Amino acid sequence: MSKARTWKELPKGAVSYRSSRDYKTGDWGVDAPRIDQAKCVKCNLCHMLCPEGCIAVREDGSPEPDLDYCKGCGICAKECPVKAIEMVRK
Amino acid sequence: MAKQELLGLNGNEASAYATKQVNPDVVAAYPITPQTIIVERFSEYVADGLVDTEFVAVESEHSAMSCSVGASAAGARAFTATAANGLALMWEILYIASSLRLPIVMAVANRALSGPINIHNDHSDAMGARDSGWIQIFCENAQEVYDASITAWRIAEHPRVQLPVMVCMDGFTISHTMENVMTLPDDAVKKFVGEREFIRVEGHMGEAELRLDPEAPLTMGPLDLQDFYFEHKIHQVDAMDDALEAIKDVDEEWAKVSGRGYGYAEPYLMGDAEVAVIGMGSAMGTVRHVVDELRQEGVNAGMVKLRLFRPFPAAELKKAVGRVPMLGVMEKCISFGAPASPLMEEIMTAYYHDKEKPMMANYVVGLGGRDVSPAMIREIYGSLLKNRKAGKVSKPMSYIGVRGD
Repeated sequence: MSKARTWKELPKGAVSYRSSRDYKTGDWGVDAPRIDQAKCVKCNLCHMLCPEGCIAVREDGSPEPDLDYCKGCGICAKECPVKAIEMVRK
Repeated sequence: MAKQELLGLNGNEASAYATKQVNPDVVAAYPITPQTIIVERFSEYVADGLVDTEFVAVESEHSAMSCSVGASAAGARAFTATAANGLALMWEILYIASSLRLPIVMAVANRALSGPINIHNDHSDAMGARDSGWIQIFCENAQEVYDASITAWRIAEHPRVQLPVMVCMDGFTISHTMENVMTLPDDAVKKFVGEREFIRVEGHMGEAELRLDPEAPLTMGPLDLQDFYFEHKIHQVDAMDDALEAIKDVDEEWAKVSGRGYGYAEPYLMGDAEVAVIGMGSAMGTVRHVVDELRQEGVNAGMVKLRLFRPFPAAELKKAVGRVPMLGVMEKCISFGAPASPLMEEIMTAYYHDKEKPMMANYVVGLGGRDVSPAMIREIYGSLLKNRKAGKVSKPMSYIGVRGD
């Protein structure tokens, strides 16, 4: 239970008064990706396929997941062509 | 007061004509008897260039209501119309419209729900939607349909309300029966409805009008779980409470413009009434006729016509009922397995805590469009008089006009 606002203080129409960035949904997941950067070929498939959009690309082209938003679905690991991603318990 | 023109319109045409004068931004509808004439007429207005409306011919009522939700969320005035099974198909979206606080206006030509399939009038469709968070106005005749089809926008868009409104009319009895309807000039209606009002809300990017606008983005309809859903339901409760006052204000304003104000519950010869019938819709005209006859025969009969069902106007209803000792609740709906039909349950609940209250009996009439004749209404008054004399209700629930009952 959020100790936030009473019904009188909430915006009408159930609109969100906070950004989705504030909702750290990463704690929903059980597993999280561990990336072996040595194996990674920087194809960016994981970045493109992540349904949460939580895998960023560093300047050097390597992927960096933000576990605050990763729900642990494992799509990145499944799709990685060089098997550089392994799903591990959070 | 504006100069008015007398037109011959049936209820559907009155709804379409009023909506033409309101000139909403979007009309999305799917044809279903006995509502079809509303959108048929309206599509003619669109074809003739008499309105600026975007007319969306959708593939189902589910889509009609979804389209109205989308349009209204984008800031448009959105109108639709339906009946019976069409309303049933809209079900899940009805709740979304009201919880997102979208002031959509919908005409409902009340019709029996299938099955067995039937196209004629009763109130089972609207009664099924009574918990959907919509305001529900029940009309007695085409004039009331015309008036309600205009005032509904002001009620829906009232800053303290922001809820969708159903304008209910009895299928065929009102929807297809031509009557004299006094209509206001277009500019008077335009002036009365004005522009849609938006409330301001706090969004994730700061304060904004409650509508979708790329310049001031809002998230509408997000996932709302254990931590906030309950509070948002209380918003709807609060809005319904406020709607009672808003509807009264809008009605009074309309009365100044049109000369016709209605209130929520209209008493007729209730001052000295010993027995009275309360109900909604077209049948109340017949009840008034029977009351006049009974009065001539020396029976102290009265009646109360209820015009608003949601929000339920308990205080005004009690004021209209007054001190009548025996009240019959007449309605065109059954709630299967329930101790009484919906209107009876509401009225009994409203009176439960009161020390002084009338004895009450429930009379279900006219299901599936069966005619509610003066003879049937006389039967109800006869039963009420018998109860009154005996000082107790011998049969709390009766089905009037059923063969074998």
